[in-house]
Amino acid sequence: MSALARIEATLARIAERDPVLNAFTAITAERARARAAELDASRAAGRAALPLEGMPFAVKNLIDIAGLPTLAGSKINRDRAAATQDATLITRLEAAGAVLVGALNMGEYAYDFTGENVHDGASRNPHDHSRMAGGSSGGSGSAVGGDLVPLALGSDTNGSIRVPSSFCGIFGLKPTYGRLSRAGSFPFVASLDHLGPFARNVADLAAAYDAMQGADAGDAACTDRAPDLVGADLGKGIAGLKIGVLGGYFRDGATAAVLATLDHVAQSLGATQRLELPEAARARAAAYVITCTEGAALHLDRLRTRGADFDPAVRDRLIAGALVPAALVAKAQNFRRWYHDQVLRVFEGVDLLLAPATPCTAPMLGQTELDLGGKKVPLRANIGIYTQPISFIGLPVVAVPVTLPGASLPVAVQIIAAPWHEDVALRAAAYLEAAGVARAPQPRWP
Amino acid sequence: MADDSLDQMIAAGTALLGIPVQPEWLPAIRANLEVSLTLAQLVDGFALPDEAEPTPVYVP
Repeated sequence: MSALARIEATLARIAERDPVLNAFTAITAERARARAAELDASRAAGRAALPLEGMPFAVKNLIDIAGLPTLAGSKINRDRAAATQDATLITRLEAAGAVLVGALNMGEYAYDFTGENVHDGASRNPHDHSRMAGGSSGGSGSAVGGDLVPLALGSDTNGSIRVPSSFCGIFGLKPTYGRLSRAGSFPFVASLDHLGPFARNVADLAAAYDAMQGADAGDAACTDRAPDLVGADLGKGIAGLKIGVLGGYFRDGATAAVLATLDHVAQSLGATQRLELPEAARARAAAYVITCTEGAALHLDRLRTRGADFDPAVRDRLIAGALVPAALVAKAQNFRRWYHDQVLRVFEGVDLLLAPATPCTAPMLGQTELDLGGKKVPLRANIGIYTQPISFIGLPVVAVPVTLPGASLPVAVQIIAAPWHEDVALRAAAYLEAAGVARAPQPRWP
Repeated sequence: MADDSLDQMIAAGTALLGIPVQPEWLPAIRANLEVSLTLAQLVDGFALPDEAEPTPVYVP
């Protein structure tokens, strides 16, 4: 199939399904057609095939697309000038042959785990339209889970790639902090922000990851390390890998279905060793404090002048964050170093750790409370309890989707590696996919 | 923390920072501040060595 034919089919599927899923906030149809035609012409002239030749993709709308204002899920950013150039990761994906087809819905300013948005409406779960897609990269989850596009980009500050992967049943990669450039994206919490890909299979996830690696002076946190390409090693299997399963904090509160899924994945990988991360609850607390305070600092001027234009759920958390004493924030940052050192010691004995991505399958849209181990807690603040202690110290994670026999909804397991070892986590994900344990379920569509 | 302390903290803090607050926003701000401070106190309750320093991103 030509790139142009593939893009036309993608645009037709978006036109059919997006009125229900609400994954897209902009569709760059003419740009996509022009790019696809260029690819077809150069291919016909003898160019070798590119790794992502003609693959349609879309990006969370906090990632700059030349010619569009970068909304970051907000009403306020609609007043911004259009971006003058694409974000680094878009440029790199297109250089590898992928074709951008649009911008995706998200929770306001990425401070969200639900995928709901008061300005653009909620992204809907592709497997049950009355349920959440997860956030904050809700449109990314909905678009890939709904099979509108095979590839999307999102951001993950506390879990915003892994939560939609879990609720929408797709593969997601949150790389090591600093691995992929964030240049040309709207920030949230500079010391916790990551960008990464979503896909329906591990090969596409890895190919996109490989295409996006590399130093970038436009992002102060982006590593100067040479790219560690993973594509050729995906099929190496898991022989020789030591894989542990996180217990304690990482099992407390999870539903029986989530724990059964985790145990199934652990058994499939031959992982029997149960481990605990020291002070994981405090790590999650520290991530929460750093998030609400750094986020408040980022948005302070907008809180002063445009308070009524925020999503109230975001605004009220940011105002509260602005009031947390600086000494407590500094302690959270100091704790981060201590916790980082402790967790790296755990990785001296294992190559990978397994944990649930979310404590439950996708909640209903509008749901505000979560049953966490028999206790009712605020849903927004607690969906990310298992993701936050991991991203807090920038560890790479592949979220792998699993739907147990008889279950109606998928849920994801986090495959967590030591810093800069995305390759090992992706190998384990590929092994689970090949074994039929992990897969992105096809959305039901009338 | 007592509710009146939180109320006073919100009133003083938002005034000092120049953040206008509508009265109907206050219950949610207070609830969120209570969560943030409870979690901050959990971190504060952990005895760190004096040598524990943050991990800066800034590279000169």
